[in-house]
Amino acid sequence: MASARSGGTLALAGVLLVLPLILPNRYFLDVAILVCFNAVVCVGLNLLIGYAGQISLGHAGFFGLGAYASAILSGTYSWPPLAAMLAGALAVALLALVVGRPILRLKGHYLAMATLGLGIIISIVLTTEDRITGGPDGMSVPPLDVLGWTLSGEENWYWLAAGLLLLVVVLALNLIASPIGRAFRAIGSAELGAEVMGIRSARYKLMAFVISAVLAALAGSLAAHYAGFVTPGKVGFFHSIELVTMVVFGGMASTFGAVVGAAVLTVLPQLLTVFKEYEIIVFGLVLMGTMVFMPRGLVPTLAGLVGRRAG
Amino acid sequence: MTELLQFVFSGLTVGAVYALVALGFSIIYNASHVINFAQGEFVMIGGMTTVSLMSLGLPMPAAIALAILVGVAVGLALEKFAVEPARNASVTALIIITIGASITLRGLAQIVWDKNAHPMPPFSGDEPIVIAGATILPQSLWVLGAALVIVVALRWFFNGTLLGKAMQAVAVNRTAARLVGIPVQSMLLLSFGLSAMLGAAAGILIAPITLTAYDVGIMIGLKGFAAAILGGLGNGAGAVAGGLLLGVAEALGAGYISSAYKDAIAFVAILLVLFFMPRGLFGAGSAERV
Repeated sequence: MASARSGGTLALAGVLLVLPLILPNRYFLDVAILVCFNAVVCVGLNLLIGYAGQISLGHAGFFGLGAYASAILSGTYSWPPLAAMLAGALAVALLALVVGRPILRLKGHYLAMATLGLGIIISIVLTTEDRITGGPDGMSVPPLDVLGWTLSGEENWYWLAAGLLLLVVVLALNLIASPIGRAFRAIGSAELGAEVMGIRSARYKLMAFVISAVLAALAGSLAAHYAGFVTPGKVGFFHSIELVTMVVFGGMASTFGAVVGAAVLTVLPQLLTVFKEYEIIVFGLVLMGTMVFMPRGLVPTLAGLVGRRAG
Repeated sequence: MTELLQFVFSGLTVGAVYALVALGFSIIYNASHVINFAQGEFVMIGGMTTVSLMSLGLPMPAAIALAILVGVAVGLALEKFAVEPARNASVTALIIITIGASITLRGLAQIVWDKNAHPMPPFSGDEPIVIAGATILPQSLWVLGAALVIVVALRWFFNGTLLGKAMQAVAVNRTAARLVGIPVQSMLLLSFGLSAMLGAAAGILIAPITLTAYDVGIMIGLKGFAAAILGGLGNGAGAVAGGLLLGVAEALGAGYISSAYKDAIAFVAILLVLFFMPRGLFGAGSAERV
């Protein structure tokens, strides 16, 4: 297990290193950066959904709060971007901590409803408070500036995003292999059983919720600085669904699955633009088809096939 | 006072629509334990099909009847081709399948029709009726009346017919239902057809008041889900009460607090209820078996 883990990490690091060399132009690099940001969110969300077994249909809300915290604090109030980012992450951590406690007592579809509601409320507030957030038109975000040095250019952004992704993957893998990760998995497979074994499930569920929310907020902050612009579109229900879909598509309870899911579903819409107005239909059909034929997700299903052939 | 009555009228009208959609959620949930996130698209299909058939010159009653049939056909196809093949998938996978279906249907609607909002003429006149100083549109009475008829008919169907009782049996215990010879698969199919019918009817009833467009299904679908949860998932009477409560709460919130936050108020209400009553207002208090 440990060797598979480090093997996977090495493979990911290799792909991330080689990618800028083989990508033909800046447009592809731009897509790669978006993949990395989405993958960071998905690796976190996978801890919650895939391991701790708690669904969330509202994580775009946390992503959006991170993005808008950076936009407002570093833009309107001229904070240093790093401080703004940390403040955003901290605020999201606090919010997740406070709301997570009552929400995570809910189960199944009730939990889905509550997280969905939370996400929608955040999105409505960000859209409506237009004097602060620019409303539906969104607002511009100053460039990421660290101690007088400004990050610019796709290449530099790529290395930042790829480095962050690698770091998050390594941390997530370590967490999953630790007693905390075992507690997550125990809760995910049988919550009552875990409780009987002395695992305080409420605490661990909250932990997974807060970690995933903070990762979403950080990715949101960086994505906002990178794009130089935020709109409420990235906060809405549909983006929450996209994120969950990436996790499930790639394969639940598989960190690399989350990365692959984020990659495929970020790249897919770009490829589908050749279908023009049929794009959204094809996207919907791909979602349905994958889940119907590979309900466990891409990576676990493929791994199962390879394993069967090898064994 | 007049103002309050006015808000209650508009709240009940929208609430009746939420109630029909919530009933659709509950019926499918009971039969299959699936939450059908494509439920809102039936609302869209009902409204849009009626509008386009009428523009082709069909008389309104015929257009409505055909639109409901189209909705039912889509519902049956959804069960047959997307939900049934994924019988053993996890709850999350099933949620994504129905979301995929709703994205596909919305995309199709964009191509078959367009992205514009379309008006539909009211069933009978648009002269507001004055009741105790407050006004109510004749179409609102149609919505409330039709919703009432549908709810009573459903009650009779589930409690008074063999078919309805068979569906209830499947909801209570699928294996036992199969053992006494109930064709469980057909009941699942029927549940999708039935909730598609409810959704399409809701979409047709509300379209003259709110207009209809390819994307009306998103919010109505989410609100319907919220109403079903509010009343306790799978509880028919709860779904109706949840829908009406949600509609009225939303109208009062929009009227007295802030109209910009109309949609947010509904979801804040849901969160508060769930914090204190984790199984909804009328959810069964039964303990989960391990």
